[in-house]
Amino acid sequence: MSRNLSAADIILRIENVNRTYYDNSDNHVEALSNINLNVYRGEFLSIIGSSGCGKTTLLRLIAGLDKPESGSLILDGEQITGPDPERGYVFQHGGLFQWLTVEKNIATGLKARHVYRENKEKVKNFIELIGLNGFEKAFPHQISGGMAQRVAIARALINNPKLLLLDEPMGALDSFTRADIQDKLLQLHRENNTTMILVTHDVDEAIYLSDRVVIMTPRPGKISEIMEIGLSHPRHRGGSEFLSIRRSILEKLQLASAMPQPEYNI
Amino acid sequence: MRNLVKSYLPAIATIKAKQEYRGEKIASGWEWTVKLIFTLSGFIAAIAANIFVKQIADVEIKSYNVGAFLLTFNDLYRLVLLAIILLYAAIGIFSYFDPGRRAKFISRAPFRLAVGIGLAVWDILGTKLLLLPQPFFPGPAKILEAFLIESGFIYENMLYSLRLFFVGFTLGVIFGIGTGILIGWFPKVYYWVYPVLKLTGVIPAVAWMPFALTLFPTPFSAAAFLIVICAWFSIAALTAQGIQSTPKWQFEVAKTLGAKTPYLVFRVAVPHAMPQIFTGISNANGFAFTTLVMAEMMGQPGGLGYYINLSKVWSAYYKVYASILVMAVLFSIIMKIIAFIRAYMLRWQKGWVKE
Repeated sequence: MSRNLSAADIILRIENVNRTYYDNSDNHVEALSNINLNVYRGEFLSIIGSSGCGKTTLLRLIAGLDKPESGSLILDGEQITGPDPERGYVFQHGGLFQWLTVEKNIATGLKARHVYRENKEKVKNFIELIGLNGFEKAFPHQISGGMAQRVAIARALINNPKLLLLDEPMGALDSFTRADIQDKLLQLHRENNTTMILVTHDVDEAIYLSDRVVIMTPRPGKISEIMEIGLSHPRHRGGSEFLSIRRSILEKLQLASAMPQPEYNI
Repeated sequence: MRNLVKSYLPAIATIKAKQEYRGEKIASGWEWTVKLIFTLSGFIAAIAANIFVKQIADVEIKSYNVGAFLLTFNDLYRLVLLAIILLYAAIGIFSYFDPGRRAKFISRAPFRLAVGIGLAVWDILGTKLLLLPQPFFPGPAKILEAFLIESGFIYENMLYSLRLFFVGFTLGVIFGIGTGILIGWFPKVYYWVYPVLKLTGVIPAVAWMPFALTLFPTPFSAAAFLIVICAWFSIAALTAQGIQSTPKWQFEVAKTLGAKTPYLVFRVAVPHAMPQIFTGISNANGFAFTTLVMAEMMGQPGGLGYYINLSKVWSAYYKVYASILVMAVLFSIIMKIIAFIRAYMLRWQKGWVKE
């Protein structure tokens, strides 16, 4: 895939962002240290790294659920100050409202913005799109984890966000369901042309889905490398190019871990 | 009829399979028949005891005009027992067609038999032989005499209680949820109001009776006020807890979807608190019955509590029992209605939905 990326295509600009967490004693954790990243319009970007590298913190900053200590996040020329429906967020555990049916969960964004009446059809379309016909009236505890995640994705997308932020939404799913949702995400990405940012610790998932993969390292959390995945879709997880990219990311992740690790040669 | 049974058969087969899978025993038609006879025979024994055991003790049995009929309390007692028998026969036959209902019906049969036999023994001891200390322990038929004498008056008092409960409890629920939301949502309100709520919440509402009677224009509004505050405390405290325990991520989800504060309060925090709100309502329900009856006994111009007081003055203890009987039925129905609303409102919870 050849792309000519210019400054005009940048949708999100992250500049010199720092975020430190303090606890009651004088300890502090540098969750993010001097993060600089440009996200291009329409791309699928993955952020990968071991736990504690600040990838979820970064995603929460983009969502506006947290504020940086210094630095700025600029979406289409405007500073991000708080959560907004233009940035959809899918939580790790789905985060469906247990008291709402599938249909009503998906309609949440429309109702919260008081535009439900004129957009009723949209809910139906999304239910069809995620293949949950017949489950409109089901409550979250009555559907499977994979279905719940699809509902969560549809719920975030119904507001037509500029950015869809995905916080390990497939982390808790079995591999079949995971593959299924990955394909669904690619389809949605293709059809809606939404810019998507996925946080994951699954290397295969990142390569399978992304145009670019951002590799982050912990303590302090920072970006160690950004990799362009030049493969065309559909990608084959067993393909030789796929495997070589996989190997190089894994190598980088290992090299990237700041602590000296004992090596096991088997 | 035959078609009806036939159309039920496949359904029974699937439920049977499910029950077998779960390792549950399926009651046979034979067992059902035995337990139906069990259920009915107790009450039949009670009727038989009333008809065939001779009235040995000297008890005055008056006849009352009911419409075109002359009825003694024994007649009314038999009619009531007959109604119970017909009701249980109908329930029994209805339950035959559903294994779940059938099992429930069967499991309760011994208790019903015991109730019937208990009534027969009580009737013999309390009315026929008059062996129980009178007038404190009248027989079951004698209690029903209260309805022959003054059913209209009992009915009026029942309506008074019902109205008082309805007005007081509804306002209590509204105020309780309202203040609960304020306390749960605004830390300032929590700081200033919650300690007051905690302190006053332990005081039984009837303790405010002297103030209520002087501050309110009518006894009715005074008693309604007592019910309001007794329901209010428990519901407000639990609503506040429910609102405060809403996980942060639920608000975050709503915010990323474009929700503003009113949505966060009424569409996220309140639904999340709903199970606790209903726990508060159930607790308050019990307190409200107590407060209602005590308030009525302490100075109301009507109500079932008032009726008890009035009857006690005349040593008409059978009327006290009659009033208690009405309370048992009335309060059970109210609790059933609240349980039903609760089950409907919380149908989204795991475990509420039956397969």
